[in-house]
Amino acid sequence: MAELQKETAAKQVYEPKAHKKNWITPKNFPYILIAPTVILFCLFTVYPVISSFIMSFQKSDGAGMAFVGLENYVRLFRDPLFLTALKNTFFILIIQVPIQLFLALILAAALNSKLVKMKAFFRISYFMPAITALVAYSIVFMIMLDENYGIINYFLSLLGMEKVGWLTSTTWSKVALMIAITWRWTGYNMVIYLAGLQNVSESLYEAASIDGAGRIRQFFYITIPQLRPIILFTFVLSTIGTLQLFDEPFILTEGGPNNSTLTISLYLYQNGFKYFDFGYASAIAYVLVIMIAILSWIQMKVAGDQD
Amino acid sequence: MKTQKNISKVLLYTLLIAGVICSIGPFYWMVIGASHTSGEIFKVPPNFLPGSELWTNLKNLDESIGILKVLGNSLTITLIYTALALMICSASGYAFAKFKFKGRDAIFFVLLLAIMIPYHVTLIPLFKMMAALGWINTYQAVILPNLAYPFAIFLMRQNMKALPDSLLEAARVDGAGEFKIFFTIVLPTMKPSLAAVAIFLFMFQWNNFLWPLVILNEQDMYTLPVALSSLIGLSKVDYGQLMMGTAISTLPIMIFFLLLQRQFISGMLGSSVKE
Repeated sequence: MAELQKETAAKQVYEPKAHKKNWITPKNFPYILIAPTVILFCLFTVYPVISSFIMSFQKSDGAGMAFVGLENYVRLFRDPLFLTALKNTFFILIIQVPIQLFLALILAAALNSKLVKMKAFFRISYFMPAITALVAYSIVFMIMLDENYGIINYFLSLLGMEKVGWLTSTTWSKVALMIAITWRWTGYNMVIYLAGLQNVSESLYEAASIDGAGRIRQFFYITIPQLRPIILFTFVLSTIGTLQLFDEPFILTEGGPNNSTLTISLYLYQNGFKYFDFGYASAIAYVLVIMIAILSWIQMKVAGDQD
Repeated sequence: MKTQKNISKVLLYTLLIAGVICSIGPFYWMVIGASHTSGEIFKVPPNFLPGSELWTNLKNLDESIGILKVLGNSLTITLIYTALALMICSASGYAFAKFKFKGRDAIFFVLLLAIMIPYHVTLIPLFKMMAALGWINTYQAVILPNLAYPFAIFLMRQNMKALPDSLLEAARVDGAGEFKIFFTIVLPTMKPSLAAVAIFLFMFQWNNFLWPLVILNEQDMYTLPVALSSLIGLSKVDYGQLMMGTAISTLPIMIFFLLLQRQFISGMLGSSVKE
C-alpha cells in the first residue's frame, strides 16, 4: 500500500515533464482518430472494389485467373437469365418504390396532424418492421402467404375472394415480394419524413386553410414540395436498396417460380458461390454499380432541375 | 364544421389503426406460431390464440440447429462488432466534425460514396481474402469487413457537430491532452448519440445475412439468420420450429428497441426530431 502511494506520488511529480514531451498535438490528432477507419476501409472496401473490377475482366483458368477482356460483359447481355433478373429488379423498382414512399408520406402527414394523439405509439408501431431481420420476416411472410393454408388467403376468402398463389404463380410471386418489402420499409421512410415535417412551418398550413385549401390540397401543395429534398434522399436510398435486393427473394421464393423473382443480386450470388464463376459474378456486380450510379445521378438531376 | 372535423378524425384513426394492424400483425402471428405445431399453424380457419407446443418447438429447434450455440455465436459476433465499430466510427466522426486537416473532405467524400456501392461488389474479393488467411468459419471474418461503417461515421459526424468548440478550447487551454479531451469530455457528452449509433450497429450485425452466409459454412459457426435459412432448405420443413427460431431472433431486438426507441430514432435522424 505504502509502495503504491510512493509510486503515484512519483508519477505526479513527473507528469508536467511528460506532458511537455507530448507528441500528440491538435495537428496530428485527427489523423490518429481516422487511422483505424482509413486502414480498415482500404483493406476491406477499396481493395475489394478494385480487385473485383479487375476480376470482372478475368475468367477462371485452371488454378488461376486469365484475362479475357470484355467477354464477361458481352456474355451478360446475351444471357437470358441475367436479362430476366434485370427485368424483375426494375419491375419491382418502378412499382414498389413509389408506392412505398407515397404510403410513407401519407402516414407521416396523418401522424403529423394535430387531430392525432398517441403519436409515439403509432410511430413505434410503424417503425417496428424496420428493426427485424430480413431473414426472419421473410420466413413469417412465407408462412402467411401459403396458397392453401396461409392466413392472408384466409382473410381474402372472408372477403369472398379466390385463393391467390402468392408464391406459386409467376405474377403473384412478384406482388408477394413487393408486399413484403413494403411492410419492411414503409415505417422507416415514414420516420424520416416525420423528421422533415418538423421543419415545415406551421404558418404555411394555417395560411392555406384560411385560403380555403382542404387537407388533400395542402398535402400536395405544401407537404410534398416542402419535403422535396428528403423525398429525393429516400428515393435514392430505396433505389439502391431495391437494386441490391437479396434476402427476401432468397428466403421467400428462392428466385422462383420459374425465375419470376430472380433478382440481380441473387443471380450474382448464384454465379459466385454456387458455380464459383468469380469473373462473371464480378461483372454482374459492376453492372449493378453502374446502374446505381446512373439512377442516382438521374434522380438528383431531375430533382435539381425543378428547383 | 364540428362534424367535418369529427369525420376526418375517424378517417384518420381508421387509416392509422389499419396501418398498425398491418405492421404489428406479423409479429403477433410469429409469436403465436412459435407455440403451435406445423399442422396447427396451417389450420383453416387459423388459430389466433397461443398453443401448447412452445417447449416442443424449442426442443426440436435445439436438436436441429443447436440454438444455444447459434445464439452464442450471434451474440459474441454482434457484441464485439458493436463495441469495436462504435469506437472506430465515433473517433472518425469526431475527427471529421471538429478538426480541419489536409484531405478531410476528400476522405469523407470517398466514405460517403461507399454508402452507394453495393455490398456485393466486395463479396468475392473478401471471400478470397478470408480464404487466403484461413479465416473461413471464424468470428473475425464476420466482424472485420464492416467495422469502418460509413453510415455510422456519417451519423457520428452529424451528431458531433453540435458539440460546442468553446468546450474543447477551454479544455485545451487548461492543458488537457487530446486523448484526454476525447475520452473525458467528448464521449461522455455524446452518450445519447453513441447509444443510438450503438443500437444501429447492433441491429445491423444481428440481422446481417449475406456475408455470414458466404463466409460461414460449418453449422457450429452459424449465426442465427444463417441457421434459420438452413432450416428452410430441408426437405420437410417444421414450421413450428421455424417460427420459434424467428421469434428468438426477433424478440430480443424488439425489446431492446422498445427500451431505447426514443434515442434510436432521434439518433438515426441526426438528432433532428423534436417531440
